[in-house]
Formats: sequence, C-alpha cells, structure tokens
Amino acid sequence: MALLQIARLSKSYDNETKVLKDISFSVKAGEFVSIIGPSGAGKSTLLRCVNQMVPISSGEVIFDNAPVTQLKKRALRQLRTNIGMVFQHYNLVPRLTVIENVLHGRLGYKTTLQGIMSRFTEKEKEQAFYLLRKLGIEEHAYKRCDQLSGGQQQRVGIARALIQGPKLVLCDEPIASLDPNSSKIIMDHLKSITSELGITCLVNLHQVEVAQQYSDRIIGLNQGEVVFDGTNYQLTEEKTNRIYGTEMRELITV
Amino acid sequence: METVANPTYMKRKRNGRISIKAGSKSERVIRLTMMLLFVLTVTAFLLFDYTGLELWTAIVETGQNLKVMFFEPALNHFTWAEAFYQVGVTLGLAVLSTIIGAVIAFFLALMAATNLSKEWVTKVVRVIVAFIRAVPTVLWVLIFAIAAGLGSEAAVLGMLFHSIAYLVKAFSEAFEEVDKGILEALRATGSSWWHVVIHGIMPSTFTYILSWTFLRFEINFAVAVAMGAAAGAGGIGFELFMASGFYFDLSEVGFITYAILIIAIILEVFSTQLKNRYFPSSVRN
Amino acid sequence: MSEKVMQKRKWQMTIALIIIIAITYLSAAITKFNFIDGLVAFPEAIGWMFSNLLITQESLEKLPTILDKLVETIFMSIAATTTAAVVSIFLGIMGSKTTSINGFLSTFARFIASVSRNIPVVAWALILLLSFGQNSLTGYLALFVGTVGFLTRAFIESIDEASHSAVEALTATGATYFHIVNKAVIPQSLPQMISWILFMIETNIRSATLVGILTGTGIGYTFDMYYKSMNYNVVALVTFSIVIAVIIIELMSNYIRKVIM
Repeated sequence: MALLQIARLSKSYDNETKVLKDISFSVKAGEFVSIIGPSGAGKSTLLRCVNQMVPISSGEVIFDNAPVTQLKKRALRQLRTNIGMVFQHYNLVPRLTVIENVLHGRLGYKTTLQGIMSRFTEKEKEQAFYLLRKLGIEEHAYKRCDQLSGGQQQRVGIARALIQGPKLVLCDEPIASLDPNSSKIIMDHLKSITSELGITCLVNLHQVEVAQQYSDRIIGLNQGEVVFDGTNYQLTEEKTNRIYGTEMRELITV
Repeated sequence: METVANPTYMKRKRNGRISIKAGSKSERVIRLTMMLLFVLTVTAFLLFDYTGLELWTAIVETGQNLKVMFFEPALNHFTWAEAFYQVGVTLGLAVLSTIIGAVIAFFLALMAATNLSKEWVTKVVRVIVAFIRAVPTVLWVLIFAIAAGLGSEAAVLGMLFHSIAYLVKAFSEAFEEVDKGILEALRATGSSWWHVVIHGIMPSTFTYILSWTFLRFEINFAVAVAMGAAAGAGGIGFELFMASGFYFDLSEVGFITYAILIIAIILEVFSTQLKNRYFPSSVRN
Repeated sequence: MSEKVMQKRKWQMTIALIIIIAITYLSAAITKFNFIDGLVAFPEAIGWMFSNLLITQESLEKLPTILDKLVETIFMSIAATTTAAVVSIFLGIMGSKTTSINGFLSTFARFIASVSRNIPVVAWALILLLSFGQNSLTGYLALFVGTVGFLTRAFIESIDEASHSAVEALTATGATYFHIVNKAVIPQSLPQMISWILFMIETNIRSATLVGILTGTGIGYTFDMYYKSMNYNVVALVTFSIVIAVIIIELMSNYIRKVIM
C-alpha cells in the first residue's frame, strides 16, 4: 500500500519557469527512497511540496490516503505532525538546549497556550532523552546547540523529527554540510529509522554512491523531471549520466 | 515507542519534574535584567511628577494638534525662500561638524587602532572618547556657547565632540581589519609609518570611511535640528522652537516637521543602501 | 590591470575630495562659519572651561537636588525604553519578513517606525509640551515615540538575521504561529534585543537631558536653570554627575552584553 502518492505534480515560482514538471511516483510504507540529481534540479522543492511548505501549482499529493493539496490551518498542522523533516543546515534554534530543540517536535500536538507555557509532559521529556540516547548524544542534552559539532546537531535534528512520531521523514540534503565520517553516522541512523522503526524515509542526496549504498529505491531528477525511478542496481553509469547531464561527465573526466 | 531513558544525564527540578533548561549564567542574567527593567519601569511610573496633568484632555488635545499639524501644514511667519535657507543652515551645521569631525577622527583613529599604535596611546584615546560620549551633545553646545560666544562656531564645536567619538570607534575598527599582510609587506620595504598609512591603510579603508562619515551625517542632521531648538544654534530647529513655543502656530510646526521628515527619510534611504552594500551585519551607533 | 585599478581609485578619491571640499565651503558660507574663528575659539573655550567649570564646596551643597533630578531622568529613560521595547517587539514581529503575517501589517509597522524615528525627539517634545504641560510624562512620551521607531527597526533586523531556518523547521513540525514566534524567534533574538534596549537606555539618558531643557523637567531643566543664572560651578557639577551616571550604566550594559551574547 502506498503511503505517499504524487501525481502529475508541477510547481513554478514565477509562472514562467517550471521548477517541477509533471512528476508522478509513489512511495510504499517502510521504503527508504533517495532522490538524486544535480543542484537546481528541484529536489528541495519536491520535498517541500509533500508537507506543503511550498504550495503546489498543479497536480496532486496524497499522503496516507488523504489529499494534502487543499489542507488549511488545523488540518495542515495535523498533516505536518505526521511528517518529520531533517534539513541540510539542521535548522535548530542555536541558543536553546538540545533537549528543548528536540521537544520542539512535539509542538504540533499542542495548543498555542500549552506550547507557549512549555507544557511538555514527563513522558515526552523521557522519550526525548530516550531518542538522544539512541542517537548517542544524551550526554549533550543540556548543552546549547551552537556548542555541538555539525554531525551532533544533525542528530538533534533527527531526534526532533522522530519525537513527532511520524509516518514519513523527509530529509533535505542531510549530509551536504558534513564531513565523510559524520555523514556515515547520520546515514546509518537514517537507515535504522526505516529498518528498526519502520518509518518511511524520503532523502534528497547529491552523492550517487551514498544513495546506492543506502536506498531501496532511487529517483533521479533533472531539471524538474523524473528521469530515473528504480532500484539501486538498475542505476547504471549511463543512467547516472542522464540524471546529471553530459556536461557533468565531461567535468569529471577532464 | 519505548520511553526508558538512562536517568544519569537527566536533571530534575525541585518538584521532581525533568528540567529542560540548561540553567546557564547567560539565562540567569537575561532573566535578571528583564526583571530589573520591569521593576525599575513600574517604580518610574510611581515616581513621575504628574503636576498639572489632565491625562484625558491632554491626549485629546494632542490628537487635535497632530491633526492640524499633519493635515493643515502652512507657512505663516516666514517665506518658502527662508524655509529653504533655514533647512540649508541646519544641513550646513551637520556637514561642517561631520566633515571636520571625520578629519579629526581619522587622526585619532590612527592612534586608537591597535595595529598602528602603542598600547597606552590606544587606551588613553579610548578613555577620552568614552568621556566625550558621556556628555550630552546639547551640554557641549551650551558650554561652548558661553566659552566661545554664541554663533555657528559654538554649535559646530559642540556637535564635533560626539561626531569624533562615534567616528573614532568606527574608523579604528575599520583600520584594525586591514589585512596584516599588506602592512607587513609595506613595513618590510622600509616604509615609514606615514607611508604605511597612506599606501596601506587609506586605499583599503577609503570606502568604509566615506560610508561611516555619511552615516554620521544622517545622525548629525537630527542633532543639528535639536541644537537649533534647544541651544539656539539656528536653522530649521530654531524655527520649530519658535513656531511651537512662541507663536503656538501648529500649522507651521506641521510644515517644519514635514520638511525635517522628508530630508531625514531621504538620508535614511541613502544610508540603508550604504549599510546593505558595505556592512552586511547590523550597524550600531 | 592593477595599475588601471589604482589609477581609477586615485581618480575616485580625488573627485570625492573635491566634492567634499566644495560642500564644506558651501556649508561654511551658509552658516557663516569661520574656520579661523573656530580654530582660535577652541583653545580659548577649553581654557575657559578649565578655569570656570570647577566644582566648588558651595556647589556641592546642591548635590542632593541634582541627584534627585538625575534619578528622575534615569527612571524616565528606562521607563520610556522598556515600554517602547514592548511595543517594538510586536511591531518588529509584524514587520520582519521571517514572521510577518501579511504584507499590509508589515508595511504598516515599518511606516510607523519610520515616521516616529525620523521626526526628531525635539519635535515630539515640543508638540507634546503644548498639551501635556511641564511634567515627566511629556518627556517620557517624547522619548517613547522616538525609541519605538529606533527599536522597531533594530528588532526587525535582529529577527530577520536570527531565525529564518528555525522558523522553517518549526513550521514543518506543525507548530502554530505563536509557537514559532515564542519558541524559535524570541529565544534566538532576545540577547540581541536586550543589547539594543541597553544601548537605547544609554542614548535616552542623553536625549532626556535635551528633552528636559525643552520641557522643563529632570536634569536638563536643572542644568538650564543654573546655566541661565550663570552659576557655572553647579553647571560643572551637573555635567559631571551625568557623565558618571552614563558611564556607570555603560559599564553595566557592557557586562550584561558580554555574559548574554
């Protein structure tokens, strides 16, 4: 059964150039899917169309058997609580503690007043600590986020997404600002989200090798169009070239 | 989902609930500062001298006054030509105090920059600047008015002080950011201190110096208006003072306010562009 | 190529200098400013200050009244700044691109800020004096209006700078607008805001002196009174007490800034 269905999705910011053109694919529950493609291919926009961070121009996105396109305020918030998101630049509040940043993931479940008064239950706090321990950063719980390394901050970001109790986690270039060592740790954690917790992951990546190593399935995007959709062993060198364009190959070989 | 966490790292509040704040010094100081400001503000309202105040009448009257000012501006006691002349005088005072201030500040900033000067000289200049800043400009102008005799000289001399203090800080910081390599290279060729300044410092900081000087000019325009009103330094500020304090002519006050507002906004637009171009982060005055 | 750049830069500098000299000359003409007089007047004035602005035993007797007025002025500045800060936080949130609700409110906030900032404090003081009369509230309101203008602009900048990415993340978790403002925007920009508030308190103490001269309140009035009666010893004492108050507040602010930033 498909958790996420995208049908004929198009997006343009200025009515002239289309960032996404007629995109269709679906993601099954428990899948780990990578979206690869050169920068400017529309990967980030595609991801943000799923949780309506950017409005869709035309087409349809169906999440968990319900269309997300027309959702307003309350229903939209409810949708977003079911979809976690991890960002390239972590997008934490740098001056707040790790534990506070993790608990931000619960705000979607709170009324305005509860949230402002920081009414988090003991259970939520315990769960936050549990997640931090799973991610190996429990000892930093009371540190300010800007005192952590990039890899550690990204793990806080992952914990914030997981504490939402999501069905789907969207990861926008999660390792693009990290060194190879931290990248591996982050990718391993993301992989275990799917394998251990059964949560679906949709990950934007620009490194083909990483995508091949971790994903069940890869979607190749070029100039706003899906040019590849298949398992990682179906992704031949020729197809990679199609995704990244011939210029890219020349750049690499020269 | 499981929720068994290792309790070793958890901090608990006195009531046994899990704490989520770091309890750092900076958090405490922020809270303390805000509480202090709150208490002081409440005390201030209790201590205020409300002699002869009828709040409601005052508010209604001010509303009417503002209406007359902004919707019926007019010139009654002087002509358009004179209005332009008075605006010119205010701008002139601002220009003179800014430019003379910039020239003096340039030399003082050379003495205040840590990469160009001896440590004790730097310190002495900074202490003097801090003292100058602490005296309100209007007091400088008034003091110079007695000491040097009333006239534009006194106004300019008085306004100079804060301009210098402001620009010394800005210039010396700009000087300190000049690439060490440039200075080293020049020194290595055996250049004298003045050569280093003219060929190393000046070219690489010239645009900064101009921008900062213009930013100060924007401030000095407002200062010049204020000095006209409060210290009799002439210009449009003095006309404003006369219109409201002697003729009680609100339409004229309105006209003058518009004139000041228009110039101030033009200057602000310029300086915002300068800031965005040369100073990416926010600028402090 | 670098030769050309150097040449061009030299030209630019020369032209800029010529323009500056022309403007200076014009300004001197219109204000009847005489450079020689100014130059001569300066050492004379400094000399006059050192021989006349002396704090004597006699003037020290006035200290309690002066301190009383000084405290009033400081309180006025603090009250004007903090109350203005509260208003400015709302206007700042409305005006910042990161947190604005709609274009109209954003423009409205920026317009209010621009008008209240660009009409000088003296103008506000004179306008308010007409109906509020000679009391603390007049000075307070004049400072308040100017401070709202200044702080709103500063807060808009702090909010724009501080929190765009965290706002995106919290929106994605399904948090409400007020959650986002309260949990991402305010915590991140608060230290910067406090720093601006402290800066504004210092500035307002100096402005309060000016406003006091016009509205007949606080330390400004005290100064004006002794100034007009040519009692320069007390004038010196008033000036020094202001200097000391401003420096103490500046030192305190610097300490707070160092800890919280």
